[in-house]
Amino acid sequence: MKKLIITALLGFSILSLWGCANGQDTPNGEVVVYNWGEYIDPDVLTQFEEETGIKVIYDEFETNEIMYPKIEAGASDYDVVCPSDYMIQKMMENDLLEEINFDNIPNAVQNIGEQYYEQSKSFDPENKYSVPYCWGTVGILYNKTMVTSEIDSWADLWDPQYADSILMQDSVRDSFMVALKLNGYSMNSTDSAELEAAKKSLIEQKPIVQAYVIDQVRDKMIGNEAALGVIYSGEAIFTQRENPDLEYVIPKEGTNVWIDSWVIPKGSKNKENAEKFIDFMCREDIALKNFEYITYSTPNEAAQALIEDEEIKNSPIAFPVLSDYENLETFEYLGTDADELYNQLWKEVKSE
Amino acid sequence: MKKILHRTYIFLIILFLYAPIATLIVLSFNASKTRAKWGGFTLKWYQSLFQNEVILEALYTTLLIALLSALTATFIGTIAAIAINGMKKRNRAFLMAITNIPMLNAEIVTGISLMLLFISLGMRFGFTTVLLAHITFNIPYVILSVLPRLKQMNPSTYEAALDLGASPLHAFFKVILPDIFPGVLSGFLMAFTMSLDDFIITHFTKGPGLDTLSTKIYTEVKKGIKPEMYSLSALIFITVLILLLLVNRTPKDRKNTTLSRQEEIVL
Amino acid sequence: MNKKWLSFPYILWAAGFIIIPLAMVFYYGFTDRSGSFTLENILAILSPEHRKALFLALLLSFISTAICILLAYPLSMILAQMGNARNSFLVLIFILPMWMNFLLRTLAWQTLLEKNGVINSVLHFLHLPGISIINTPAAIILGMVYNFLPFMVLPIYNSLLKIDPNVINAARDLGANGFQTFLKVTLPLSLPGVISGITMVFVPALTTFVISTLLGGSKILLIGNVIEQEFTQSGNWNLGSGLSVVLMIFIVISIIFSTLSDQDGEGTAI
Repeated sequence: MKKLIITALLGFSILSLWGCANGQDTPNGEVVVYNWGEYIDPDVLTQFEEETGIKVIYDEFETNEIMYPKIEAGASDYDVVCPSDYMIQKMMENDLLEEINFDNIPNAVQNIGEQYYEQSKSFDPENKYSVPYCWGTVGILYNKTMVTSEIDSWADLWDPQYADSILMQDSVRDSFMVALKLNGYSMNSTDSAELEAAKKSLIEQKPIVQAYVIDQVRDKMIGNEAALGVIYSGEAIFTQRENPDLEYVIPKEGTNVWIDSWVIPKGSKNKENAEKFIDFMCREDIALKNFEYITYSTPNEAAQALIEDEEIKNSPIAFPVLSDYENLETFEYLGTDADELYNQLWKEVKSE
Repeated sequence: MKKILHRTYIFLIILFLYAPIATLIVLSFNASKTRAKWGGFTLKWYQSLFQNEVILEALYTTLLIALLSALTATFIGTIAAIAINGMKKRNRAFLMAITNIPMLNAEIVTGISLMLLFISLGMRFGFTTVLLAHITFNIPYVILSVLPRLKQMNPSTYEAALDLGASPLHAFFKVILPDIFPGVLSGFLMAFTMSLDDFIITHFTKGPGLDTLSTKIYTEVKKGIKPEMYSLSALIFITVLILLLLVNRTPKDRKNTTLSRQEEIVL
Repeated sequence: MNKKWLSFPYILWAAGFIIIPLAMVFYYGFTDRSGSFTLENILAILSPEHRKALFLALLLSFISTAICILLAYPLSMILAQMGNARNSFLVLIFILPMWMNFLLRTLAWQTLLEKNGVINSVLHFLHLPGISIINTPAAIILGMVYNFLPFMVLPIYNSLLKIDPNVINAARDLGANGFQTFLKVTLPLSLPGVISGITMVFVPALTTFVISTLLGGSKILLIGNVIEQEFTQSGNWNLGSGLSVVLMIFIVISIIFSTLSDQDGEGTAI
């Protein structure tokens, strides 16, 4: 045992030396970024550090709900965060966001399509706090070889013939969106009768659901573990590349059109660097790189024009023409009481 | 006949404990990027592992925190064990109950309670907070493995040393420490291993830009584990296995009593 | 050796990082968002969904603990009889796997158990019927047994080693057969080990949220999941703390249980 320890200690001293040698010069300070998991091309971060001399401290979260308390607690000094629509609204209302000076981010003004700013007004009415990064829809990913009927409706997720082959999203708002839309209600409903009906639907569906997952839908669908899964459009292109049997559809009852945008939390210590970072992300070549890596739709029209693969460029999954669909909505923040009601109902579904 | 039965039973338990590990090692040679598909044999993940700064950085943080927290915990815990050993029964029972809290309390509650503490102190979440948390849950392991050794010790040897003119510190190093050393060592190893394997407490006390292997993996579980993670685990596993085999093959030069042996074994 | 001041660093540490943090959990648990006193967060355990989650967690961890005892006891007996070879063996069996991250190990069970997973492929190849326990309580129990078995084996094994062989020989000389010796001598003498094993397995199993998430497909809500979600997703720290306080009551019961059976206060836990 003694020898083992000595060997181990030697190993660590070497490691520590290597760690010190690895330290980088950061003449221009740092920027602390908090983003979704696997939501950026890692090369882009290196490139940013090289071009600007600003060190990037990068951290990831899994859901908006996990991100929020960390910002609210103020125990971590993040400079740039990438939440979704309704969460941005919640952060704004609770005075957690810093106004962005658009003069410092010319790329955002030039390259991001006007329609995305229009869409952002539903949660950031004056376009003062957020710069769109990615957007998309939520739909059903299905395996052509495993379904017998035409898949075009949320109701297909309630079809008993696909028992144990259905993957649902393990997050409150996304699951309730599916059930509310199925029942023909708004996905921003706060009406307790409507929510109760949605809850009933979800409970009714639970026995035929294989699992509630977040990003694992991707792995499981590629591995032919399930026939149908609720998924973000950005994952669809990636999964199709790995498993050509997969097809993505936006259900006829309508769905969620979401935007994830860069924001700067209140009290950021490196606001200038944060704006430089956002500006860098909006540069067309960088946005293109990110798009090719993560395959989530970019609101950066200049980057879209640069895409070489014609099929992707005109793909209805990556860049759907929204006017072709009905009942599209964007999540709104519904307030503390409604939040609690949603959480309560979701727990009732899960504990059933 | 009995022997065969015994061996079969042990074999089945080992199969149960090692099936997932074998799976992970096999996956590290899988050419396909997802866990769900076998895409042929490859060594490329072992190559790309050494270019993957994010994973190497997480490995470095994990080892550093494990080492520092285990060392600090061993220091505080050994002193505490000596003090507890000399206490009256009631005080000792009280302090042992407190010591049991981090071990027996739900990890999630420990993690959350520390998070609440750090927030109220206005501390910035990062290396320090994780380190403090790990020391906290490591100390009990050290105390619990040093204490039995102290009990077996004859207190008169220490007093004899003092009578013969040794200073208390000198007597400690010459008399007490050699006797309890196996316990200290096993406490250190246990603490190191626990810190290495911890996820939940780190999850609640970590800050931006800081990841241990566990928290990194937890993020990746949702997005699909990067194959480099499998190759890293396989490498760590093989290294430790070889080290253990080497250590066990060298003949013991110390004459251990059965009892001191037991404790080494356990840890 | 009666230096009282030697205990001061640890007492300070324990006060700062064990007692005060726990007091904060209690504070949050007994207040509402505005900071005024309430029992609502504690009583919330009585609502049907929390009651169900607690009951299920108790049930699953109870079953897992029982399975752990059944597996660990014979194993410890075999190991205790093995003599010199046991040294490397125990380390090999129980400590080595811990160096492979436990999330990865648990995730590997997913790969093994899935519909098109490794086990089913093997069974299919042998023309045997497949198993489908992934995303069921059975898979969670399997994960619990897998992760916590070492914590049952080590204390039982230790208490078996402590038994003086002369006592067993005496029993045999007095005419007891193997089974009687086991029942009247070995088992009672190893009971402290079994009891500390029970606390070491039952508590982590009762409070886990990772195993149920990874192997239960998030379809099965245990009390640990509820607490985790209150903190990380719903952001209702008061409710999360209140439920933690309730959970702690169960843990305190186990601590009392184990201190009572460990009267000299030396802690047989490891």
